[in-house]
Amino acid sequence: MNLLAVERIKLFSTRSPWFCMIGALGLTVGFASILAIKSEHVSVGATQGMYLLGLMVVMVMSTLAVTTEYRFGTIRTTFQAVPRRTGALLAKTTVVALVAGLVGEVAAFGSLGAAKLLQPGAALSLSTAADWRAVAGSGLVYALAGVMAVAVGVLVRQSAGAVAILLVVPLLVENLVGLIPDLGAKIQPWLPFQAAGAFLRGTHEGAPYSPWGALAYFAVLAAVLLGAALVVAKKRDA
Amino acid sequence: MIEAIGLTKRYGSTVAVDNLSFTVRSGRVTGFLGPNGAGKSTTMRMILGLDRPTAGSVLIDGKPYQELRHPLRTVGALLDAKWVHPNRSARNHLRWMAAASGLPAGRVDEVLDQVGLTSVANKRAGGFSLGMSQRLGIAGALLGDPKVLLFDEPVNGLDPEGILWIRRFMQDLAKQGRTVLVSSHLLSEMALTAEDLVVIGRGRLISQGSTADLIGGATQNTVLVRTPQAQHLGNALAHKGFQVESKPDGSLVVSGASSDQVGDVAASCGVVLHELSPQRGSLEEAFMQLTGDSVEYQSSEVAAR
Repeated sequence: MNLLAVERIKLFSTRSPWFCMIGALGLTVGFASILAIKSEHVSVGATQGMYLLGLMVVMVMSTLAVTTEYRFGTIRTTFQAVPRRTGALLAKTTVVALVAGLVGEVAAFGSLGAAKLLQPGAALSLSTAADWRAVAGSGLVYALAGVMAVAVGVLVRQSAGAVAILLVVPLLVENLVGLIPDLGAKIQPWLPFQAAGAFLRGTHEGAPYSPWGALAYFAVLAAVLLGAALVVAKKRDA
Repeated sequence: MIEAIGLTKRYGSTVAVDNLSFTVRSGRVTGFLGPNGAGKSTTMRMILGLDRPTAGSVLIDGKPYQELRHPLRTVGALLDAKWVHPNRSARNHLRWMAAASGLPAGRVDEVLDQVGLTSVANKRAGGFSLGMSQRLGIAGALLGDPKVLLFDEPVNGLDPEGILWIRRFMQDLAKQGRTVLVSSHLLSEMALTAEDLVVIGRGRLISQGSTADLIGGATQNTVLVRTPQAQHLGNALAHKGFQVESKPDGSLVVSGASSDQVGDVAASCGVVLHELSPQRGSLEEAFMQLTGDSVEYQSSEVAAR
């Protein structure tokens, strides 16, 4: 419990996490609001259109929670206070994942709520399991992406490098892979953020997994990355 | 008490710390002395379990750092005053440290008061001067009221007032029975602060002992004599078995003799003395003599050739 309090104090006692949280909410809810004003037939899925952008901002927040500690040397003080490094890093991962998940839920329901408010006539009730997954599922994806971002931060240790990886992979690499003839389409479902998207938006015919299977796969990737990060941090000189 | 046993740290082919063994006793300030790059900071990081020794071990009151039950309540350390998030306030910086060691939040205000930072406690640490940063670092080290304290170059870049404050502070901590290890590359500073010295060069132990012994043993005491009858006195002194060196200005430098002995010799052969003064070797000389060939980045005439 102590360790969670430590990481909570650390996360909320600097400004950048607050900026990131406000930024993520502003982007997602703001986009949904504009969309609702412009379109009478806005759908549940459309209100979640900016989910990936909000996710990027939250991943930046999550990885900075680690890389700034390396940048400013406070990771050494942390390991001095808690020589069992795995415990300290797991506490940080937990706090970051909880905050990321909360931001994801607020962003998703905030977007839906804003759209309902601005376009009361549109069909925006959560009537199917798919609708529920598309909205409430955001929090799960955000939380797991937060875990991945913490892991990448521990492995890379530098803000610029970690942020670049976390932006370039989902936004560019995963889409470019699809351009490879034949092979691209086969690989793409196994890329992390394609899987996360499949969970939220539903799977196509012939997909290798069900939506929940896709989330499970995304979770396994996050766990593997985190495991690697914990092993490396334990062995490395701080 | 800190005990290093055969401590070794290698980075690739570079040996930063080489089979280093020493003991730091409680109740006194121990200076950890060596030229820049001698391996002082690496050793301190190994004491704190931050760097993993390639070989050997270091124990704090008989236990490795990783096995301490309450690390910050056992060992306080200031390795680098800049290890603070610049956008976090001094109070918040100490608050998370307190939470990590199960200390009440009230302890934060106590140490802030102890180092004189109460008035800037809620200011961001990034705006602190070096002296204020050092004070914050010391507050962090004192937070858990530890029995063992480590300071890495604490007076570097401080003004005279700050240096004096830190010096007294460390001596007070030692008087309370704590173990205090302070690293420095300045012997003159350590001579004023530390009772014991551990001297290292190129990662190896050069000597360990009390400050007075080390300085006394490493410097030669000589006597400077000026006299119109230099030749005569020189011969008489040499006859007694003392080493005599003639300076270009006609004065003599006698080694191996006290000023009393030189005066006696002069009187017995009726030589007039214009000056008779004992010369104490400087601390820097002692240090150079101790670490002479173990400076890593030496600027010697040989290298310049």
